[in-house]
This record gives sequence, structure tokens and C-alpha cells, in this order.
Amino acid sequence: MDKFLRYAKVTLLAAFLVTTPVFAAGGGAKLASANIDPDNVNSLQRGAANFMNYCSGCHSARYVRYKTIGKDLDLSEEMLVNNLMFNAEKTFETIQASMPAADAARWYGTAPPDLSLMARARGADYIYNFLKGFYVDKESPTGVDNLVLAGTSMPNVLWELQGYQTAHFDRHDNADGSVTTTFEGFEQIAAGTMDSEDFDEFVRDTVNFLAYMAEPVRGFRVDLGKWVIIYLIFFLLIARMLKKQIWKDVK
Amino acid sequence: MARIEAEVGKPQGGFMKWIDDRFPFTSTMKYHATEYYASKNFNVWYVFGVLAFVVLFIQLFTGIFLTMNYKPSAAEAFASVEYIMRDVEWGWLIRYMHSTGASFFFIIVYLHMFRAMLYGSYKKPRELIWIIGMLIFLVLMAEAFAGYLLPWGQMSYWGAQVIISLFGAIPWVGDALVEIIRGDYSISDITLNRFFALHVIALPLALIGLVFVHIVALHEVGSNNPDGIEIKNNKGPDGVPLDGVAFHPYHTSKDLVAIIIFLMIFCSVVFFAPDMGGYFLEHANFEPANLTATPEHIAPVWYFTPFYAILRAVPDKLWGFILFGLSVLLPLFLPWLDRSRVKSIRYRGWIYKSALSTFVVTFLVLGWLGTMPAEPVYVLIARVFSVIYFAFFILMPYYTTIDKTKPVPERVVYHG
Amino acid sequence: MTEDDLDRNRRHFLTVATAVTGVAGAGVAAIPFISSLKPSARAQALGAPVEVPIGSLQPGEMLRVLWRGKLVFVLRRSKEMLANLSDDAGLLRDPNSEEKDQQPDYAANGTRSLRPEYLVVEGSCTHLGCAPLQDFDVRPAEGWGGGFFCPCHGSKFDLAGRVYKGVPAPTNLRVPPHRFVRDDLILIGQDTGAA
Repeated sequence: MDKFLRYAKVTLLAAFLVTTPVFAAGGGAKLASANIDPDNVNSLQRGAANFMNYCSGCHSARYVRYKTIGKDLDLSEEMLVNNLMFNAEKTFETIQASMPAADAARWYGTAPPDLSLMARARGADYIYNFLKGFYVDKESPTGVDNLVLAGTSMPNVLWELQGYQTAHFDRHDNADGSVTTTFEGFEQIAAGTMDSEDFDEFVRDTVNFLAYMAEPVRGFRVDLGKWVIIYLIFFLLIARMLKKQIWKDVK
Repeated sequence: MARIEAEVGKPQGGFMKWIDDRFPFTSTMKYHATEYYASKNFNVWYVFGVLAFVVLFIQLFTGIFLTMNYKPSAAEAFASVEYIMRDVEWGWLIRYMHSTGASFFFIIVYLHMFRAMLYGSYKKPRELIWIIGMLIFLVLMAEAFAGYLLPWGQMSYWGAQVIISLFGAIPWVGDALVEIIRGDYSISDITLNRFFALHVIALPLALIGLVFVHIVALHEVGSNNPDGIEIKNNKGPDGVPLDGVAFHPYHTSKDLVAIIIFLMIFCSVVFFAPDMGGYFLEHANFEPANLTATPEHIAPVWYFTPFYAILRAVPDKLWGFILFGLSVLLPLFLPWLDRSRVKSIRYRGWIYKSALSTFVVTFLVLGWLGTMPAEPVYVLIARVFSVIYFAFFILMPYYTTIDKTKPVPERVVYHG
Repeated sequence: MTEDDLDRNRRHFLTVATAVTGVAGAGVAAIPFISSLKPSARAQALGAPVEVPIGSLQPGEMLRVLWRGKLVFVLRRSKEMLANLSDDAGLLRDPNSEEKDQQPDYAANGTRSLRPEYLVVEGSCTHLGCAPLQDFDVRPAEGWGGGFFCPCHGSKFDLAGRVYKGVPAPTNLRVPPHRFVRDDLILIGQDTGAA
């Protein structure tokens, strides 16, 4: 038993060592949490509709098939075709943008990136804050700038819902002549069709769907993993009994 | 004590005899399993050899299946990885096993190497096993590096850019060498194509060959043990070492337990945290390689960061390269740097114990620094710890000579 | 029973239990790897049904199309061709299409087709997969009423894709699932049964 405890201790230590980075990572920018719930199918369904209505005009998700979305989000083929598939005819097709990428690159200066993996590349929080971070900037060609990604060439496609906001910055002159600007807060200057809570919910659903698209298999992966671990625990118990039996007489 | 004799390896008639007359099956099983005696007092540090073997198998097996679906071209590589992750049935599992296996390979190899330092496994007569092991480590680094380019993400591209450029520091031939490695004026489709060849054929072959030789050499001299005692010096009347038990079924049954525990940890990562917070799969690598924009913060995968931190700590390109290379190669000389009369840490004095502890801390701190941005304060800390890293090796002949050792017992210490 | 015997029995039992658990686990673990070899979602998408417009196809003419990378013949048989179809069991191996796997039920008839005029068969010899050549000339002297001839090993099929006796091919040419979307449009790869 004593030895078993030692094994257990080492195992736990190893598990601790390998999992620590998960918590140590993150860090960095002070982004508000998107607080998404990947198991909330209703939120994902709303997010899918938001994505198709507001994003897929310019952005593709070229690795994601409609069929997969239908299966994972409990959507019938009919619902898929009628409510989501604006740019496709067959459910096995992938999500293409309505706008050709070359035209988009000409109009916006840069081609809108594919969104299949955006949530894995930048994180859900990043997208959440980005979508809420547009503020009026008269000098920008799109009329807005973004707090998270300054100088972005993306216009605020959600302005109708969100309304307009301005950002307040505090400029501080340093002794060495440089200037430090710190963000003080947003101020709503024109109301949108949604109040701020509804808008948060809207963005959260959309981000939830983006996170889903980045790894559609996530839910299944976690469910399956539990069974694998249960099997291994069972296997471990038998193998340990065998080991003890074989080593019984070693003095 | 009653010894258990395994079925395999016993003299056989019939079919086994027919085989044995033509191929040394039974005698090989005896030599390497049923009559290969290793100390009965192996502790947990002695499982990492077999675990490394398990991970090697996982990598080779999943690698074959990935190769069936991966496209080694700049235009298609990134998309083909996503194809594996989404369109190929169970492709996600195979890919996560491979990416997780890469990191676990290094975790296990580092622990395996540390075991050798704990118990003096590299000391006479096992110098050659250690040298072959170091070669395995070098090939493994090359294998991991080549493999990391293949997904053709931002980190793949810019990581390779930085490391390949490193060779440009070599005087006279540097620039030519870099072009020969890349096969182009920058990292391109051509580079990807040849890294693929290295990753799936050349380096795995070398790896398998070296692992084979590593084990042959080990079984020639016999395994060390936590007491650093040669068990062959105390044999019973039957010629079997008194402190040894047969590899099969004793150590195999013990190793199986270790393998299952390992698989539990491995599967936990594969199924519950395949990204490992961006350490096993870096976030920026989910964006396709963009030749016009370096990611804000580029760091190699975690298993290279201790050496990378040393590289960054040096404010000179050539010296950075030299010290980086030295930091990787210095452990090769351990069998001759270590002058202690005893092998195991159990019988060494406080000096070596403190030195080794300091080294472990140093290695971990350097590893952490390698993941941090190159800010002055980090660079400064990295310099301090780089000096400690080298001092551990360079001063070793001195401090292991003056260290007071304890008397080594005749027989291994074992409490049933 | 001595204590040694007890130990041996217990050890034997545990060895078997461990082996069975391990082998079962390995067997289940093999499933994902074998499944990964099946046609992927992309292959399935690329292998989707194909539409074949037949509006301009004249009697006696044949179209060659690809479905899932496989050659498919779409032949519009003329009146004479249909008249020439015999169901002589002395000449044909399976004149009544009794081999279930070689055609959907709706094509298990005298003309092996949905509509008598249109023959839809895979252009892949059931011997070893070569593409048969068309040979529609009627040569009564040779007993040839027109049909398909495989250049690889000499198998012969009539104008309903039925295999002759005395050739290496064992079965009739396979009829793929298909349906008429309109009178002038055939969809290959999908039955009326499917949505």
C-alpha cells in the first residue's frame, strides 16, 4: 500500500505539472470574459443565425460544413436550408462568403479573414471584446476604430443593433516627452435597436458559435474521454493485482 | 524465494523448435526478457524508458495515419490539417494523439535523462548507452522541429524562420548552409516538402535504429539501479544475480501498471486539454502561415525553451549560436565530467545534491523564460541562469571530486 | 491444494484477465484508426449524386459520365435495340437479374432499367474493373445483337448490361441508384427512396 501511495503521489505530481500551464497561461490583455456556454444548444443556434446574417457576407468559414452544424446543433435539413444556407445549395458544402475575397481585399484593403479557426487562434474573449469594442473615430475610413484591434479595416457591422459609442482616453504627458494614453470608458451617443444587455447576449451567442466552429468535435471529445478514463481505471486495477501477485514472493 | 518462470523462453518442441532451428526466437526471448535480470529495487524513475518506447510507438502509428491525409505543400498543408481534424472520420483523435505525443515524448525523455543524473546511469560501464541516448535526444529535437513546420501555421513558419536563421551565425559557411537547409531564399513550399521527407522517413528511421542500439547496449551491460550497485557482482549458485528479477514477468507486469497510469495522463490531455493552454498547440498556429506578418510574440514549443532562453540571453549572434549548441551538447560529456566514485545520489555528499537541485531549478526557470517576451528583465534573469547552467557542467569535475561520499552497501536496498 | 497451487491459479486468472482487458481495449482503440480509412466527409461531398441532362440524347446514343469517380453509361436504346434484347437463358448467365447486388429492385426487370428506353449502368466490367467498349453493331452471323465488350479479358454484355455465358465476368454490369428528376434529367447516385 505504501508503494501504491508513492505511485499515486508521483502521478498526481506529474498531472499537476502538466496541467499547471493551463492555468498559468491566459494572462496578457485585460479582456472581459465572453462567458460562453458551449453546451447551450439554443445559444449556439442563435449564434449560427447571427453568424449567417451578419458575418458570412464577408467572412468565410471554409473548413466548416453546413451538414456538421446541422448535426451538432440539432437542426433539421429543412431548417438548415431555409435559415442558414444563404450562400450554398447542398448541406455538405462549406461556408463561403457571399463576397469574393479578391473584391473584399480591394474594397477594405485587406481580405476579411476566414473565421473557421478564429476562436482558437485569438480566443473567444478576444472576439467578444472586439465585436463590442468599436467606437466612433472621424478620421478612420470606416468611421470607427476598435479598442482591441486598433486600425482595423472592418466596419462596425453591428451598429444598427448596438448604436454608436465613443471612447474616452486619458492622455498623460510623461517627463521624457512621450505620451501615455489610457482607456477610460465608452459613452453611448446613439441608441441601437437593442439595449446593452440584449446586445451582450447577441454577441455572446455569436462568439459561442465561432468557438463551436473552431472545434466542432469538442463536446464529443470530452464525453468520450470520460469513458476512456473509466476503462483505464478498470485496467489499472487488474494490472496492479497481477503485478502484486507476481511480486508477492520477491523479498 | 520462489521464482516465477514465464512460459515464453522455455525449451519447446514442435512448431517453436521448427522456428528456433531457423531463427533465434527462444534464445532472443531469454536473453532480452525471461533471463534478462534487472534489479528488484527499481523505483518510479525507472519507468520512463519503457514509457518513451510507448510514446515512440504512438507517434509512429498515428504518424502513418496522418501521412495518409496530410499534403506537404505550402498551398495545401494548413487546409489538409483542418481536413484531418474535421472531414476525416476520427482524424481529430489521431492528430491530437500525435501532437500530444510530441510534448509527452520530451517530458518523458527529460525525466529519463534526469534519472540517469540521479543514479549515475551514465557512469562506467554505461557511457555508450548514455551517448546513444544523447544522439536519440538530438534526433528527436530535429524530428520535433521538422514536424512542427508541417501544419504551416504562423508559429510553424516563424519558429522555423528563427531556428534556421540561427545556422546563419556560423562564420564563412553560415549563409550557404541556411540556403541548403531551406532549399530556397526563404522558407517555402520547397522547405516544407523536404522537412516532410525528413520528418516521416529519414529521422524516424534514425530514431528506430538508435533506440534499437540503445537497448542492445543496455542489455549487454545490464541496467543500473537506484543504489548504483552492479548486481552482476553478487550472483547465486545458479548464476542469477541475487538482487535481480527477470524482466519478464516481473518488470513487464510492473511496467504495465506504469504504462496504464501514463495512458491516463496522456488521454486526459488528448481528450480534455489538447491545446494545453497553448503550450502543446500554440494559439497562433491556428492561423495559416503569413509571410508578411510575424506574430507579436513568438516562442518555440515549450520543450525547446530552456535552450532558446540561453540563445536569447547572449547579445551576439555567433556566440548565441555557440552557447546554444553547447547547452544542448554538454550533457554528452557527463560520463567524463562526473568524477565521483559513487553512482547513486543516495551515496553522494551535499555538494552534488545541491548542484543537481540547482540544475533542475535552473532548467525549469530557463524553460519558463524561453516562453516569455524578450524584455530586459527577463533577459537579465536568463543570463544569470545561463551561467549557472554552464557552471553545473564545467565545474562538475571539481565539485564531484571534493564531494564527500558515503560508503556503498554490497547489496541493493529493498523493502518488499 | 497447497499455497503454491493457489498462487498459480490466481496468477493464471489475473494474467488472463489482464490480457483480455488489454486486448479488448486495443481492439476498441483500433476502431478509430480503421474508420479513418473510410471515405471522408470531403470524399462523400465529392461523391454526391450527379445530374445528367438527357434532353438532347438521340436513340442509339450513349453518354459517359462520372459518379464518385466511376464511369457510368447512360444509353438511350432505340426500338431495334430493345427488340433485339433476348432473355435466352442459354446465352446469358443471369437473364432475369436475380443477382440482388447488381441492380436496385426497380431495375430488376427485362430491360434492367427504370424506363425501357434508358439504360444506366456502371461502365466497369464485373470481372476486374476495366471499362467495357461499346459495340452496338448487330452481327447476326456471330450471334451478336450489340452490346459491350471488355478489351481486358474478353467479357461480353448485351444492351441491358447482362453478361454472356462463357466469359470471365461473373455478373451483369451494375446499375447504380438513379432516378428521373424530370423527363430530360437523370440524377445518378440517389434513389426515389431517398429525400
